[in-house]
Amino acid sequence: MRGPAFLEKIEAAFPGAVAGTHLEAIDPWVEVTAEKLLPVCRWLKESSDSRFDSLECITAVDWLEPDPKKAAKVTWQPHTEIVYHLWSTVSRVSLVLKVKLPRWKDDLPGSLPAVASVAGVWRTADWHEREVYDLSGIEFTGHPDLRRILCPEDWEGFPLRKDYQMPLEYHGIRAK
Amino acid sequence: MTQPWIEGRFEENMVLTTIEQAINWARQSSIWPMTFGLACCAIEMMAAGASRYDMDRFGAGAFRASPRQADLMIVAGTVTYKMASRVRRLYNLMPDPKYVIAMGACTTGGGPYFKWGYHVVKGVDLVVPVDVYVPGCPPRPESLLEGLMRIQDKIVGQRIAKRVGATGKVNDELPVPHHSGYVSLPTDQSALVFDHQKVPS
Repeated sequence: MRGPAFLEKIEAAFPGAVAGTHLEAIDPWVEVTAEKLLPVCRWLKESSDSRFDSLECITAVDWLEPDPKKAAKVTWQPHTEIVYHLWSTVSRVSLVLKVKLPRWKDDLPGSLPAVASVAGVWRTADWHEREVYDLSGIEFTGHPDLRRILCPEDWEGFPLRKDYQMPLEYHGIRAK
Repeated sequence: MTQPWIEGRFEENMVLTTIEQAINWARQSSIWPMTFGLACCAIEMMAAGASRYDMDRFGAGAFRASPRQADLMIVAGTVTYKMASRVRRLYNLMPDPKYVIAMGACTTGGGPYFKWGYHVVKGVDLVVPVDVYVPGCPPRPESLLEGLMRIQDKIVGQRIAKRVGATGKVNDELPVPHHSGYVSLPTDQSALVFDHQKVPS
């Protein structure tokens, strides 16, 4: 979805929901605040002109605090991003939504950051959010069935986090 | 040649052998593998079972759908930690004597997932005892057939007899790595043209 006209509509419907944009990129994206994600998504699907009726995928990106050697070149603050790729089969346009979260809730390592689940808006989001929870460790509040989907249920840690520690042993099987 | 080739050749004849040889021959000629594929190596295993490579030539084409009927487990593909308990369970369900081929780089030692594969068992021999390792990524069907023949060598070497006067069981013959059994070496080594054809003594 290109052009600022669309952004203005979001801004008009939800004042303060848009936290940032990047419209020059090949795949432009719109950043939404975590609190407003669910109403914005519902509005995008049901009320906006474009009717984003299809959720293509949900991904999470982990931006780790850099190690001291690389810190000088790094321009980001440590955070986690969740990326939503939307597609409208009606008007044939796509939209990329992003939500930025802290890496850990209240900066307490081990307590997962939370964002509202959009599984009630798009049914597809059910398994996608389970996968993001499983691999990146993000809690989706209001999800109907938030369990691990790929890893075994008793798996420890979230493997796609950058600071993930490989297991040394799993159920008696040596891992190194 | 009007005479039939095999029909009637064994009638009214007598074959002398030992029980051990007969049993070993029967076992090695009917190794039934389990239908069990985990990843891309399974595609190559299917190719080895299909008409072009035809594992049935070695009596191993009857892929069984149940571990109860299988003699051979070909672990074809990446074994994850989640899958490892299932692999072990299937192995336990198989009746003795049972054999395991670790097919491909992942099952022999983790393969490309050795360093960063957080989920991959670094070699299926950490889960089940392996008889033959077939390297490759994935191995060609010829390699798998070669591995199968090494299993056959191992079966041929099994001893069920007891030596007269000895108390325990006679030890199994360990198969000699490289060819044994069916390929007879040429007696005149100097007649061979290339070095790689010569077999070191």
